[in-house]
This record gives sequence, structure tokens and C-alpha cells, in this order.
Amino acid sequence: MRTVRIGAGAGFASDRIDPAVDLAQRGQLDYLVFECLAERTIALSQLRKRQNPALGYDPMLEPRMRAVLPACRKHGTRILSNMGAANPRAAAQRTIEIAQQLGLRGLRVACLEGDDVLAHAPSFLPFDDEPLPDSTQILTANAYLGADAIAQALATGADVVLTGRVADPSLFVGAFLHTFSWSQQDWNRLGQATAVGHLLECAGQLTGGYFADPGFKDVPHLERLGFPLAQVSEDASAQLSKLPGTGGVLDLQTCREQILYEVMDPSAYLTPDVAADFTTLRFTQQEQDRVHVCGATGRPRPDHYKLSIGVEDGYLAEAQISYAGPGALARARLASSILRSRLEHLHPEQLRLDLHGVQAIFGESASPDGTPAASTAEPSEIRLRAAARFRDPAHPALAEQRAAELTREVESLYLNGPAGGCGITSSVRHNIAIVPGLIPRDCVRTTVILLEVP
Amino acid sequence: MILRQIAHARAGDKGRLVNISVIAYLAQDYPLLVHQLTVERVTALFAADLTQSVTRYCIPGLQALNFVLHRRPEDSVTRSLRIDAHGKSLSFRLLSLPLHPADPE
Repeated sequence: MRTVRIGAGAGFASDRIDPAVDLAQRGQLDYLVFECLAERTIALSQLRKRQNPALGYDPMLEPRMRAVLPACRKHGTRILSNMGAANPRAAAQRTIEIAQQLGLRGLRVACLEGDDVLAHAPSFLPFDDEPLPDSTQILTANAYLGADAIAQALATGADVVLTGRVADPSLFVGAFLHTFSWSQQDWNRLGQATAVGHLLECAGQLTGGYFADPGFKDVPHLERLGFPLAQVSEDASAQLSKLPGTGGVLDLQTCREQILYEVMDPSAYLTPDVAADFTTLRFTQQEQDRVHVCGATGRPRPDHYKLSIGVEDGYLAEAQISYAGPGALARARLASSILRSRLEHLHPEQLRLDLHGVQAIFGESASPDGTPAASTAEPSEIRLRAAARFRDPAHPALAEQRAAELTREVESLYLNGPAGGCGITSSVRHNIAIVPGLIPRDCVRTTVILLEVP
Repeated sequence: MILRQIAHARAGDKGRLVNISVIAYLAQDYPLLVHQLTVERVTALFAADLTQSVTRYCIPGLQALNFVLHRRPEDSVTRSLRIDAHGKSLSFRLLSLPLHPADPE
């Protein structure tokens, strides 16, 4: 029986590289997938590309490719990744250069284009109850492409496929579609395949990352967490595992947490390929760190592609200062009230002043059900954090200046605030917000370009 | 007793939405989750940050519940001024919920 062995080499742009190298060397993989493109990253990459047309792909492309290309070439493992970000063609050209330097003659690299749909803005439709942004505020727009586009790229025979915006599970489903030549209306199979892709797309989150809670959920050797791989059968059922000797854990608990991660309605997980139903899915622990998954189902895919629309969101200023020892809370509160007064004339669109250690994360009523907190002891160390958004669409430079002024007001607390303030950090950044949208399928045309190392 | 003693949880984000899965360690405790983690109770816990009641999905095959939280537009993951813009810590807020000891289930 034919199977596909596929590994997850990254679950986000800053992910660790060593576990991917281990998978490339020891995994005997057909495919190694790197999911590296967060919601906002594509928009920031588009802006980088506008400043320099040779950029706009993932800055970690080079170190990742250098680390895994030799082993992948040796074992015939094909690489799939959305590290192309806003510029898959430049990413492919860079990968060719890297492969040339590594002496990988004949390596073929494909780039998938067509997700950038900014030119079709008049055709955009709102997503659920989210209003579409004003067209003058739209900076970027990318459609989430599906498994069919990945299969199209693999059909060229490429050893490496680099894409921009693709639905995360579809990176995996595309490899299955290419291998097994499934009907693209086989909704149950695509639903199960999407479950497998969804389980793998965050890499270490399936094998014990984002999971450990000492005394409740202990994870062995999290410091050398291994990334997952799957052996997928033609019916899209799969054995999930990780390499022997790696740290982490892969069991029913990690699988149940990850299948529901970033899922809203578990009976209708929408991708460009299918409306997957995870409620029918079954996990079976076969042995230590080996889980079988089957039984997810599906219904017809959505009529539209989902969009990630980047919009102007002004400047975000952030600054922090700490107070410690007796009276830390009173001094932090005094600093907070001083700041509120000193920042008033800057007219931030939104301002937060939080006391970390007191209410910054869960809010003032931090105890559930409104019952008094178990301990009323004052924390001995508190960090005051000021964060604000400044927006002036007609004069963005003025908004940026006001943001910088906030950071100076926090810094001045050293000399002009309560006693013992320490450890100030601050930053100002231009913010691009992402809002969802939809676009009719016929507005999107995908193309594949194949390059080869001479 | 708090929820953390019988269940584990994971938070995920998608734009304005946050989901929190709550999974019983033991299948026998799943009915207790269904009975005690009502829409009303979970909505009340997060009320200050929500625009509407939470949505609850039951997935018996995974001995899990899934809650969807609707946040304000200025609290979407790419706009939020919060230190926890994603809402990753919210699973632990839910796990701190006290369970009623003398539950009829």
C-alpha cells in the first residue's frame, strides 16, 4: 500500500531549525513542510518588497535552506514552504543561489504566484460580520490558496516549492493530492487529509510544545523537542509520530489540544479545499509517541477564497518600567497616574496602562466568578507598561512623533517619577492590521515558475 | 476544586476570535464539563472583553468542549495593545474556574 511520509519542519517564522534538520536527516521523508507565515507577516513582507523588489520573502529562508537542503537532496525529500511570503519568485532565485553554493547541481525550485490580489480590490466581499476596510486604507491583499495550487507546483517535478499565502493545512494536503491523485470533490477524504495537515502545521505544538504544565502535564526533555511526522495512507488516515530519541510527547492529550487549536466550529473547519468536520475524528494511541488518526469527514469547499487584507493602523508606542520592594505597588500606581496626566496632550487613539504582576493579563477582576483573590499579598515586583496607538491619516509623521513622545515620557520617569524605577525598555512601530475578506475564485489565477540549478 | 484538576485547555486565535478548547483528562469527567461549563458561566468570566456571548461546541469524541470568544475590533491579534495580544493565556484563566463540589452529575 502506498503511503506518504511527511514532516513538519516549522510551525512559525521564528521556529527552531535543529528539529527540522533532524527530520531531514533521519526521517526518511517524502516531504518536509515549513509553515512560516503568520497573519500579519505577509503584509509586512509586501511593504518590504515595495522598498526593495529583491526582498519580501522570509528573512529566515537562507539559514533554513542552508541547514536542510543537503540532507533533503540526499534522501529525495521535497520541500514545501510559504517562506516565499510576498515574493516567492525572489525566494526561489535565492534558493537556487544557495543550492548552487552547496553544489546541489540540477536541483529544481518552483515558485507559486497568484495569491497577491490587491488589483482586484473592487471585487472583495466581507467575511462574516467583519466590515470591509475603506479602500483608501487597504495596503495589501492576499488570498489563501489551496491544495490544488500546491499539487500544480509539485506536478512540475520541483524539489522545492515556495509559495506566498496558502492555507496552512493545504501545504500538506497539496502533497497528498499530488501523490494519491484524489478527486477534488472527495470531501470526506479531503476533510481527513485536512485534519492531518492541521495537526502538523504548528510542528512542535503536536509533540509537547505549548503544552507542558508541571505537575499536570509533564513533558520529557522539552529542551530538545522533536517535531512531528506522519505516515499517510491513501485513505488519508495517518500514523503520527516523532523521531526516536527526541524530546517531547505525542499522545492523545497533545493530539486533542492541537486538533482544536485555532478552530472555531469543529464541524466546519473551512479551507480552500473543503469544509472539514473534526467531530467524527478518532485518535488511537498505538505505542509511546505514536498515534493513529482517522475518521474526519468533510463537506463541499467554500465558494470563495478567504483574504488577508493589510490596512494602515498608525503607530504603536510601548514602554515599560519596573518597581520592586516595599511599596512597589504604590510607586507603580503613582507612576501610572503621572503618565496618564503627562500623556493627555498627545491624544492617543487608544491607551493602556497596565501593572504586570497585578492586572495586566487577566484584568482587575482576575479571580473567577468575582470571588476575592486567594492571596491579597502585595507583589514584590511590578512592571508598569504603557501602550498606545497614534493615528493621523493625513499626517502620519506627526503620529509617529507623538508615539516617540510617549516613550520619552516613560524614560523620564527615571528622574521625574517615583523612587527606584528601573529597567526601562521602549519601542515605536508602524502597525499594519489584518482584516479578513473574501474574493470570488475566478479572480484568482495561480502560476508556477520552475528554476533549476545549472 | 478548580477546572485545572480534571481538564486541560489550549487557546488559539484567528483575528478577532479566540478559541479555548477544554479537554477532560478522563472520559468519565466529560459530562461534568458539559454540565458546569455553561455558556452563561464562561461568558461571565470573560464578559469585560467580549462583544457577545461565547459560543460553545461539544465534541464528545474528543471528550472536549470548544469555546469561541468574540473580542472587540481593537482587540484583534494584529491591533491589540495588550501584552497578550493573541489571548494565549486565556486557557489558564478558564482552567482557574472553580467547580461546584456537589454536582448532581
